[in-house]
Amino acid sequence: MSIKQISVFLENQPGKLFEMTKVLAEGQVDMRALSLAETTDFGIARLIVDNTDKAAAVLRDSGFIATETDVLAFAVPNTPGGLHRLLEEFNYTAVNIEYMYAFLGSADKNNAYMIFRVSQPGYAEAALKKRGLEPLTQEMIKNI
Amino acid sequence: MERYYQPEIECAPREEIVKLQSERLAKQVRRVWENVPYYRRKMEEKGVSPDDIRGIEDLHKLPFLSKADLREAYPYGLLGKPLKDCVRIQSTSGTTGKRVVAFYTQHDIDLWEDCCARAIVAAGGTDEDVCQVSYGYGLFTGGPGLNGGSHKVGCLTVPTSSGNTDRQIMFIQDLSATILCCTPSYAAYLGERMKEMGLGPDEIPLKAGIFGAEAWSEEMRQDIQNTLGIRAYDIYGLTELSGPGVAFECSAQHGMHINEDHFIAEIIDPDTEEVLPEGSVGELVFTAIDKEAFPMIRYRTRDICSLTREKCSCGRTHVRMSKPMGRSDDMLIIRGVNVFPSQIETVLLNQGYAANYQIIVDRVNNTDTFDVQVELTPEMFTDNVGEIQTHQKKLEAALISMLGIRPKVTLVAPKTIARSEGKAVRVIDRRKI
Repeated sequence: MSIKQISVFLENQPGKLFEMTKVLAEGQVDMRALSLAETTDFGIARLIVDNTDKAAAVLRDSGFIATETDVLAFAVPNTPGGLHRLLEEFNYTAVNIEYMYAFLGSADKNNAYMIFRVSQPGYAEAALKKRGLEPLTQEMIKNI
Repeated sequence: MERYYQPEIECAPREEIVKLQSERLAKQVRRVWENVPYYRRKMEEKGVSPDDIRGIEDLHKLPFLSKADLREAYPYGLLGKPLKDCVRIQSTSGTTGKRVVAFYTQHDIDLWEDCCARAIVAAGGTDEDVCQVSYGYGLFTGGPGLNGGSHKVGCLTVPTSSGNTDRQIMFIQDLSATILCCTPSYAAYLGERMKEMGLGPDEIPLKAGIFGAEAWSEEMRQDIQNTLGIRAYDIYGLTELSGPGVAFECSAQHGMHINEDHFIAEIIDPDTEEVLPEGSVGELVFTAIDKEAFPMIRYRTRDICSLTREKCSCGRTHVRMSKPMGRSDDMLIIRGVNVFPSQIETVLLNQGYAANYQIIVDRVNNTDTFDVQVELTPEMFTDNVGEIQTHQKKLEAALISMLGIRPKVTLVAPKTIARSEGKAVRVIDRRKI
């Protein structure tokens, strides 16, 4: 099961990220993970949150451009080589990763979590499942 | 075979046109002197009387009228006929300040509609055609002008007015409309919509379009012609002079013929107000020599273009004006190149952006910097940096091809560029020269 990421357009200027976090704070949105992609002119904030629909609604109401993207989340054992072994499976199934970022949950100290944006989410999910890799569901993310 | 609505006028020998213009000008100036105290005062200030105006060679002696005069004289100060002889008003949108309210006698309406009829016939229109007028009807001159012209030609007129795109398309398809009149940006939009609906150029009955009321590029013409499968003709006009039809394109699609039996055109230097020789680029000035209710004399349009009396392949002898490149009051010179905000607007609309933008010009190390800020649309946004940069590059390339110089395009979030109730602040020029 892929999960929803919210991507938000931000101008590359002081205060823009602050405006975004203000809207999310006032909307009582809890962030699980955050990553920023930047160019000289603009950035894209990528968020995993507890309530995607609510986050998208409060952002759009405040005039932000936000879009939802399907991404895959996997738990990675908190041991040396943990990520490497996961990527071995990506490599084997020839899944192309466009970008990825990590976060730590508070419930489970034995795992870290990786978010993957892949070129063909449908294919990637099926191929990885065949290899016994089950991505996290939206519900699981909520409870991490 | 080229067809004309009034061939004896449209193809008259040059000497005849000049003679007619001279007679009408002398008569018009006398009439205005007697009936329009506002303009008479301007003439007196310049020391000119009707006796000094014998023909078009004396035109340069007369004072100019500008938008400021229209504001000052609003609403009745420039009226050339008693109100009881007037039958209609039309009005501008008022984006540059106070609305212009123009008055028409029945004679004025007739000559205006004749001008529009000439444009329709030049675009190939006959009484066999179905002419859909998708310009706004009401105070705006677009709808009423082309509607009247279409009647005069004898086309079956479909007065859809603007908006409601799906209904427009339904009428085009169900009634087999052959001629479409609207703004070029709306024509482009209709084309896109029909394409989305799976209608190719061969399945669209239209054969010609008459598009005006805003600046559009040659590229835009090609696009519209290809998607709708038509020939797209430009038409020019302004409410102050009647409305659309002051000038129109013929089959040559190379400049618009000015209806010289009604309007005398001059090109002046906007700063010195000196009349420039044929072929020079400058501000277009019009004198309406046959209009009664709202007789504009040497009215400064602020539109920048050039005139040519070179022989036209269509057979018409009336002078041609180039597409206006913009307006003298908002022209920028950046790195020595003339840039008009309207050109940028045209590109933005073509590329699917909102026409809300800001131009920031500055000078760094003796070189002009030229930034264009444009609002990103939600449709163009993805989580992928590269795709957004592709949009940015594509827009930059389109602007370079339109302007001839490279701007730096910055995409900003929607609604961050201030909207204004009146004329929007499009240009911030920080150069200290």
